[in-house]
Amino acid sequence: MFQVRFHGRGGQGVVTAAELLAAAAFREGRHAQAFPSFGSERMGAPVMSFCRIDDKPIRTHEPVSEPDALIIQDPTLLHQAELFAGFSPDGYLLINSAHDFGELGLDEFVQAVHPSGRDRLLVVPASALALTHLGRPLPGAALLGGFASLTWAVSLDSVLAAISERFRGAIAEGNAEAARAAFAFVQDEREALSHA
Amino acid sequence: MLKQIEGSKAVAQAVAMCRPQVICAYPITPQTHIVEALSAMVKKGELAAEFLNVESEFAALSVAIGASATGARAYTATASQGLLYMSEAVYNAAGLGLPIVMTIANRAIGAPINIWNDHSDSMSQRDAGWLQLFAETSQEALDLHIQAFRIAEELSVPVMVCMDGFLLTHASERADIPSQDQVDAFLPPYQPRQVLDPADPVSIGAMVGPEAFTEVRYLAYERMRQALDLIPSVAADFAAQFGRDCGGLVRPYRTDDADVVVIGMGSVLGTVKDTVDELRTEGMRVGVLGITTYRPFPADAIRDALGVAPRHVIVLERALAPGTGGIVTADIRMALAGRMAPHLSTVIAGLGGRAVTTKSLRGLLATAAAGELAPLTFLDLDTGLADRELARMRATRRSGPSPENMLRDLGITASRIG
Repeated sequence: MFQVRFHGRGGQGVVTAAELLAAAAFREGRHAQAFPSFGSERMGAPVMSFCRIDDKPIRTHEPVSEPDALIIQDPTLLHQAELFAGFSPDGYLLINSAHDFGELGLDEFVQAVHPSGRDRLLVVPASALALTHLGRPLPGAALLGGFASLTWAVSLDSVLAAISERFRGAIAEGNAEAARAAFAFVQDEREALSHA
Repeated sequence: MLKQIEGSKAVAQAVAMCRPQVICAYPITPQTHIVEALSAMVKKGELAAEFLNVESEFAALSVAIGASATGARAYTATASQGLLYMSEAVYNAAGLGLPIVMTIANRAIGAPINIWNDHSDSMSQRDAGWLQLFAETSQEALDLHIQAFRIAEELSVPVMVCMDGFLLTHASERADIPSQDQVDAFLPPYQPRQVLDPADPVSIGAMVGPEAFTEVRYLAYERMRQALDLIPSVAADFAAQFGRDCGGLVRPYRTDDADVVVIGMGSVLGTVKDTVDELRTEGMRVGVLGITTYRPFPADAIRDALGVAPRHVIVLERALAPGTGGIVTADIRMALAGRMAPHLSTVIAGLGGRAVTTKSLRGLLATAAAGELAPLTFLDLDTGLADRELARMRATRRSGPSPENMLRDLGITASRIG
């Protein structure tokens, strides 16, 4: 089972992102479960969502406490201690930001991870990509494109298919373009890391 | 057709395929997505039903009662305080023998306000004369609604389909959505026993005095008894037609040789099954008994499922009866009285959205296996937090509102939503 936890704020599409990931995994014939931790939806309030992917039916309904991947949609949440709760050194981390780990104050965190695993930790400017391609700073689709490139837990094609199933017209196209751009960005970053 | 779909939407699609003629809606979290999805279908012309926005839950069920009494298939959904607010109508629907189907998106009851999941709401209406079916997954919630209309209409008894708020209503899971043809073949058009018809007027719900009230109530008991036979046969028909084993009275899982059996209802069963599988690989003989039909209470089926009496039965309760403890436990105790006498423990778990985790369940079952589980336990209780408030109350007469005191102890000024 592959477990993903999303952190963001109400209004950023945190729940939609988890649902899109589940839909992408479903398209690949896998079992998936996505659900939010939120209660009263409020713009700006911290929100978590979860996605599990497995080859067999998923029975548990508990929150993801030991994520294989963390997707941080809003870097202003990074100061929250519980953000990294249960995150293993083997895990994947994708942060939406135009800044690097150092500027985000995460150098120590990255250094604590074994060098061989540091290419699993990446920052992607998902909001900026969304602004360019979608016209709105909604980073979900871009982060999923980046996530596909980072983890290969789902393919980019499946992410794109899930996007086109969920959205229509210009919104679908913009989100798909943002996902492609983030996929390419993460691919480049990983190549650069592997040569570093 | 297989779909990756939110539980609420899956249920809305199932309800729509049952061709309800009247849908009454008053929004309350976490039920709202269901009636929203239904309203969209009506608006688009995909569903030929009267969709009524009413001014309260009391009105929602009252309108459903009126609709059902004129011979229409009627549906509504609610949760939490909404169910309490319609409580008088809940009893009336059952007393009048109107086969309304209502989804309960299970949620805690205040005060303090809590929008998250537990079973306090359904439990408060367990003896109102409605059938209560509990879903473990979105798929089961979907399937139970289709069965619910048929059971309700065959018996002329209303049915609540209970699904865990957020955990199922807001979760995207894989679900097999049946075709309209399949549902039509399974669920015949509603043929009411009684109809309010201006051309052939009758009174319903008139006064009955001591001369026949006991007998009227006895009929309610008798219909529930009939339901115990009907529910498994409808589930068998459903399995034959849809190819899915769903519904029925109880669902045993690895109970055959189990020393310890956990009894529970709803979505927590999946988490318990995962825990049981883990512990089985470690050689612990544990099992799970899921109760799908809670009202009527399937005492015989529970005894049969427990088979050779396990040493220890743990009842996982998603609601609390202050003053006694477990609600389901009392039913289980009645079912077992004089027949088998396992060690019986009540565990209050997952109140107001507290997650019931594999980790905590492992600990619980280990304690039970060691013979150290108390008759009543609150799973993952923060005893320090509770004790500090108890100490304050002892020390000061005017100790203030407890919930707010306790949140302050936790360092938060308002409940953390999100």
